[in-house]
Amino acid sequence: MSVHLLLDGVNRSFDGYKAINDLSLAVDKGELRAVIGPNGAGKTTMMDIITGKTRPDSGGVWWNQTVDLTKIDEAGSARLGIGRKFQKPTVFETHSVEENIALSLKAERSVLATLFHRQTEAEAARITELLELVRLEGDRHRPAADLSHGQKQWLEIGMLLAQDPELLLVDEPAAGMTDAETMRTAELLRSLAGKHTVIVVEHDMDFVRALDCRVTVLHQGHVLTEGSLDHVSANPEVIEVYLGR
Amino acid sequence: MTSLIDRRMGIFLAGLFVLTVAVPIGNLAFDGKVVPSYIVSLLGKYLCYALLAVALDMVWGFCGILSLGHGAFFALGGYAMGMHLMREIGDRGVYANPDLPDFMVFLSWDELPWFWMGFDNFWFASLMVMLVPGALAFLFGWFAFRSRVTGVYLSIITQAMTYALQLAFFRNEMGFGGNNGLTDFKDVLGFPIQSDATRAGLFVCTAIALALGLLIARAITTSKLGMILVCIRDAESRTRFMGYRVEGYKLFIFVVSAMMAGVAGALYTPQVGIINPGEFSPANSIEIVIWVALGGRGTLVGAALGAILVALAKTLFTGWFPEFWLFALGGLFILVTLFLPKGVLGLIEETFARKKKPAPALQEAKA
Repeated sequence: MSVHLLLDGVNRSFDGYKAINDLSLAVDKGELRAVIGPNGAGKTTMMDIITGKTRPDSGGVWWNQTVDLTKIDEAGSARLGIGRKFQKPTVFETHSVEENIALSLKAERSVLATLFHRQTEAEAARITELLELVRLEGDRHRPAADLSHGQKQWLEIGMLLAQDPELLLVDEPAAGMTDAETMRTAELLRSLAGKHTVIVVEHDMDFVRALDCRVTVLHQGHVLTEGSLDHVSANPEVIEVYLGR
Repeated sequence: MTSLIDRRMGIFLAGLFVLTVAVPIGNLAFDGKVVPSYIVSLLGKYLCYALLAVALDMVWGFCGILSLGHGAFFALGGYAMGMHLMREIGDRGVYANPDLPDFMVFLSWDELPWFWMGFDNFWFASLMVMLVPGALAFLFGWFAFRSRVTGVYLSIITQAMTYALQLAFFRNEMGFGGNNGLTDFKDVLGFPIQSDATRAGLFVCTAIALALGLLIARAITTSKLGMILVCIRDAESRTRFMGYRVEGYKLFIFVVSAMMAGVAGALYTPQVGIINPGEFSPANSIEIVIWVALGGRGTLVGAALGAILVALAKTLFTGWFPEFWLFALGGLFILVTLFLPKGVLGLIEETFARKKKPAPALQEAKA
């Protein structure tokens, strides 16, 4: 298997505070990877660096071993095929549920193309399919602002899938979900792996266990250890900085 | 899909059509006894303001760019048309100079500056009416949006832009008539500018321009691009992560809006008979924002309505108690902000919805 995303000795500090400290991480194509770590471990900054929102001070970030992600902006990373789901669900509140999905669909992103765009039947079918998957087809015409927190999470997952990204960066997807929904999310993410590469940042240990994948533990902007969940939870350092709390 | 002409747009356009037919007939057929000539020009001026408000609503109401400098685009359009009207005066000026406008003779200039070339031609001037504001908006937007200047900071630099232009246009050396501006026009396209028939014609042209402007704005804002503009307004960063280059969208709508404002200015100049640097004044630009807020932000029709209502109130108020107009305007703005978040249009629609039992108003909830 080839390496899909590679972070190589990345550093980034904010006003002298080292948010990311010599971080190296390799994720294979089609892999499902969980990233855990206490608050301030640099999880969000890591995602910002991968998606081009934040530039690293030093180190390399490579996509498919060929594209240098440090030279690309947010829109550029999305166009390459990196989809991001935020910790706090951000959907477009004044747009309807359906429109939120329609705007996320993989399509030409230029000004002129969107000005003259007419929805095709294939797109309409895909929207319905996605709405069924995230169980929001009954709410398709409601403004997204009316959805509950959990439903917004699902809508955002739907929007992410609509982009059909090669790599999904998923930040705490289970926050605000019921136990049953959490398990369904884990199942969905597991089913995506293989076809897509998935990186999940999560706090909820039950959720990480349900993902049943390789786990990377981040601490102070650095990889503490990596391996199966049982392996990392047995690591005394991990217990001290994270699990023991 | 949303239709191009929804109910509010249909009602407004129908009303505008009635006005467009009734006002010229009332003026011309009855020799100015039913509708006096000055009312025709006054209403024409209101419609110019309405078009300007629609232009601002596209960028502010839909894309969230609070421009406090839209008066500059309006004034530039007005100046471009004014330059043509100056050329049409020919040798009928006070100094009877066939080659130079009066103010240039007065300043003892020998020849027409290069940037006045071509303005003898009406169509060239008409092109400049859109190109000059469009080019300024492009240049300004290119730098501002690429540097990700947003919110209050952007508003402040748009304000600075119009103020800088005002100071520049005040200077005689600029070649635009200094603080007197351009005035004393005689003809437009060969028709005497003071005649009732010409005034009625200009009024009809303005009404058509407003209707077209509204339809263009509506077509843009209901397209997929228009929905992305709303995304940018509500969650700019999120829009970027979906792969949309936000700068391009902002630049597009800013330039289109500036061009529309330019057209409004071009129609304004012949009906008012003068264009001077006062039109660049920051207070003017702020007033446009008040029109849009008062009428209903993000509704297009509401913006047009707001402009007409405030302009009407201004005409009446400055006639009765001239000193208090600015206080009244400020008070109005505060009242609308506090009690009518959806503006006058929102108030009208809610009143109608309530009368008609539990109306299915959910569809319209999206502003």
